[in-house]
Amino acid sequence: MKKTLKALLSLALMVAMVFALAACGGGGEEGGEEGGEEAAAEGQVLNIWCWNDEFQSRFNKYYPGVAEVAEDKSTTTLTDGTIVKWTINPNQGSNYQDKLDEALLKQADAAPDEKIDIFLIEADYALKYVDSEYTEDVKALGLTDADLADQYQYTKDIVTDSNGVLKGTSWQATPGLFAYRRSIAKDVLGTDDPDEVQAALSDWDKFNAVAEQAHAKGYKMLSGYDDSYRTFSNNVSAPWVTGTEVTVDPNIMKWVEQTKEFTDKEYNNKTSLWAPEWAADQGPEGKVFGFFYSTWGINFTLLGNSLADPEGPQEVGNGIFGDYAVCYGPQSFFWGGTWICAATGTDNPTLVCDIMRQLTCNPEIMKEITLNEQDYTNTVSAMTEIGADPEFKSDFLGGQNHIALFVEAAQKIDMSNISPYDQGCNENIQAAFKDYFDGQVDMDTAKANFETKIKEIYPEITAVNWPE
Amino acid sequence: MEKKPSHVRTVIAYIVLIILTFLCLFFFYILIINASRHHSEIQKGFSFLPGTAFVRNLKNVLKDANIPVVSGIKNSLIVSSLSAAIATYFSALTAYGLYAYNFKLKKPAFIFIMLILVMPTQVSALGFINLITKMKMLNTLYPLFLPSIAAPAVFYFMYSYMQSSLPIELVEAARIDGCGEFRTFNRIVLPIMKPAMAVQAIFAFVSSWNNFFIPALVISDNSKKTLPILIASLRSADFLKFDMGKVYMLITIAIVPIIIVYIALSKYIVAGVALGGVKE
Amino acid sequence: MDKGKKIKDVSYAKYGYFFIAPFFIAFLIFQLIPLGQTIYYSFFEYYRSGLKIIGPNPVGFANYQALVESGFLKYAGNTIIMWLIGFVPQIIVSLILAAWFTDVRLRIKGKQFFKVVIYMPNLIMASAFAMLFFALFSDNGPVNSTLISLGILHQPFRFLSTVWGTRGLVGLMNFLMWFGNTTILLMAAVMGINPALFEAAELDGCSPRQTFFKITLPMIRPILVYVLITSMIGGLQMFDVPQILTNAQGSPNRSTMTLIMFLNNHLYSKNYGMAGAVSVILFIVCAILCLLVYFTLNADDGMSHGKKKKKARRA
Repeated sequence: MKKTLKALLSLALMVAMVFALAACGGGGEEGGEEGGEEAAAEGQVLNIWCWNDEFQSRFNKYYPGVAEVAEDKSTTTLTDGTIVKWTINPNQGSNYQDKLDEALLKQADAAPDEKIDIFLIEADYALKYVDSEYTEDVKALGLTDADLADQYQYTKDIVTDSNGVLKGTSWQATPGLFAYRRSIAKDVLGTDDPDEVQAALSDWDKFNAVAEQAHAKGYKMLSGYDDSYRTFSNNVSAPWVTGTEVTVDPNIMKWVEQTKEFTDKEYNNKTSLWAPEWAADQGPEGKVFGFFYSTWGINFTLLGNSLADPEGPQEVGNGIFGDYAVCYGPQSFFWGGTWICAATGTDNPTLVCDIMRQLTCNPEIMKEITLNEQDYTNTVSAMTEIGADPEFKSDFLGGQNHIALFVEAAQKIDMSNISPYDQGCNENIQAAFKDYFDGQVDMDTAKANFETKIKEIYPEITAVNWPE
Repeated sequence: MEKKPSHVRTVIAYIVLIILTFLCLFFFYILIINASRHHSEIQKGFSFLPGTAFVRNLKNVLKDANIPVVSGIKNSLIVSSLSAAIATYFSALTAYGLYAYNFKLKKPAFIFIMLILVMPTQVSALGFINLITKMKMLNTLYPLFLPSIAAPAVFYFMYSYMQSSLPIELVEAARIDGCGEFRTFNRIVLPIMKPAMAVQAIFAFVSSWNNFFIPALVISDNSKKTLPILIASLRSADFLKFDMGKVYMLITIAIVPIIIVYIALSKYIVAGVALGGVKE
Repeated sequence: MDKGKKIKDVSYAKYGYFFIAPFFIAFLIFQLIPLGQTIYYSFFEYYRSGLKIIGPNPVGFANYQALVESGFLKYAGNTIIMWLIGFVPQIIVSLILAAWFTDVRLRIKGKQFFKVVIYMPNLIMASAFAMLFFALFSDNGPVNSTLISLGILHQPFRFLSTVWGTRGLVGLMNFLMWFGNTTILLMAAVMGINPALFEAAELDGCSPRQTFFKITLPMIRPILVYVLITSMIGGLQMFDVPQILTNAQGSPNRSTMTLIMFLNNHLYSKNYGMAGAVSVILFIVCAILCLLVYFTLNADDGMSHGKKKKKARRA
């Protein structure tokens, strides 16, 4: 009895799938075939490569075509019989990229069902794959401008290659905000109202002035050296690399200057992101004014760190739950995010297109993901709707509707100045100047160390130019 | 007269040993403490006192379908035991071949092995992977233990050990008794080499058990992953699932089998096995 | 006699080849080609720019030239300093422990227990070990808070932000991870010594110190040389501990950047040319050092075991 029901259900789903797939076919070169039968003639195995199970769990839960998930989660069977095979390689020691690169370079020779169909990437190294022949134009696959219209522009900028071709798509947007302690703001600024606090922090000069006031009252403005880094690095005036030369942006040097000043004047606690002291600074014992955090960081990491009893109820009274609030801060930025790319040579173009459409463009599914998983999804309309909902508020942020702020912040992010070298440049400039902030080296040595490292990891780089 | 200095020596020995024991065991203590703590407690720093999340962390690790702990332990055991067995047996064989026989290429062979001992291997890793791919051994466990047949460091130890503990007369005596060459090696030489084999077996087992780099490049299938790859997988979890409590719990779980193997093998070291053959 | 021996050697020689064959076959299959490539590509420009493969273009000795102009010597210095910080205490402690553990006259309760425990740190993965070190030596970690509460420090000492703090921690971690290993090796060597020698020494009234220097040390020399050489190679190829502890940066100011970390930087873009050149140089230096140590310390031992052994045993 149960079995028949299941069979019926999957039959119904299959019919639904056929329609969904049929909708996808048009427009694409590879997706030229129409209808479900041809779709079945595509590869029987869909290979998805990623570094953790985040996308896998979203896929299994929200993709309409899922029929059955294997007990060990290594495969997902779709209603049309296609088997989705998950290859998850950890990030550690660049293992994920190493293996992905080797597989992509051999993609042309691989058997159809062993070809990678979809792989996931992060913003810092997105262009390495996007600006190569190993990723497919998503519009050629069948996604239309109408499908993509509701996505945040910056999430598209990051996966647009140097010819202006869109090569990937994401279900998340990860705009950042400045999360501050209400109690400390009251003490320092005399108010904890997000609008008034924002007015006091709206540019870097004001921000630095508040830092001084906070210090006078015995607080630290920021916790560590790299807290404000993204806020500067996301607002550069040119990409890191043009031709074979690295050009350090003036805004990066402003970060150096600010951080050195904060360190010398003890406006920060000399910590680093993810260090124990940094996490402790966010907790009940912390004396830090605020933290630059994005969507996931506020709802999850900051919330977790704010509790006195991590297993106790998440409510006011447990640690400093309710004492944080968010404002835009001096400049807009984002932090995190994952993009889906279609690998060139995929033998399942129609299915790949449908997955991208359902999981990154379908506003119904997007909204469901936001409500269930607290992901801030990449849909302007659905997010604006939640942001405008007077009922929606976060107890953790003292009753604030933070989604409303995210909606605004996400639209201001401009990521048109990314380069394929961002991962190496961002990581290593922070590392090189950490010694400078620590007082271990002078400015010139820090610069020289950065240059040495960059030329080691990118042999094609011939020069590093510094502003002024 | 003789008693006093020996007494002082005993006291010093105790003090030194207790300090070292403390240093050695302390890390296991924090490991277990951390395995019992909640993610955000671990994030915020150190504690000497256990937390309350031990069962929670254990459950989280065991119920994570993407982290097949049992098959991870099984794979690690297979790879590490075979590596250890193969490395020790074949290294002893090679060392014996160079120690007990005189032949034309003996010296060049010895120097050759010593040279590959000093070759840094980081660079050849990707060449190795290409080779494995061509041999259709990618995503299998074979490339994780078969290369142990040629383990120059283990060979060199075996050779040195034979130099100090295997009198060549013994071999000559066996020959006079009409013992075949392979039989001599298996029946007479190997027993003498027992402590050396146990020592190198432990080392080979441990280094294979904790190896991440090569296995992570070779293995992609979840069902074939070894424990270090699973630990790395937990560490690259997305921020919503990232849980240091789970990471420490899996590290703790991963250490249990190796401690058992170590203690089992260490009896050869601890008991001071009588070296049958050497008693002249 | 001599003639007789020669005939015997000839008739048995083929067994020598049989016995060493598996090693060389496995080596040929699994290691020779990658190793050959390493050396070969050191004379080429060969790397990846993103996913684009550049080369291989022959460049002669350009990679070696570039190495000379890089901070190669500085990283070699860092490597040796950090190796010595760990190795000197390691060999001293290991020798003492090996002597104690094998000395029947020294009665220590729980000797077995201590023997087992000393190797245990090596069972922990280096990356997990480094995580624990971070926690212990962080600004508000237990080491700093203990030192502050004892009044030794007034504010936290930022271990990983100072040159000697970081180098010291690298040395300490290497020491803790490897002293048990060395002790076990030396113990195994001491246990291989004919017990009759110790009995004789005891009957002759030798002090523990005399026994150690006159009997133990000379008898375990091959293993001691083994320990020295493998530690030296391990030291020159030091990688994982400083890599993890400094997050691959060799910070502060590249003062904990080891040779292999330097090599690893070149592998970021799969730069087989430069990485190959570093390997080859490192290989030559290691080989010279090792052969030097081996043939100096084993001068009269070397490959002619048979006769020497007889002498040693008779002595």
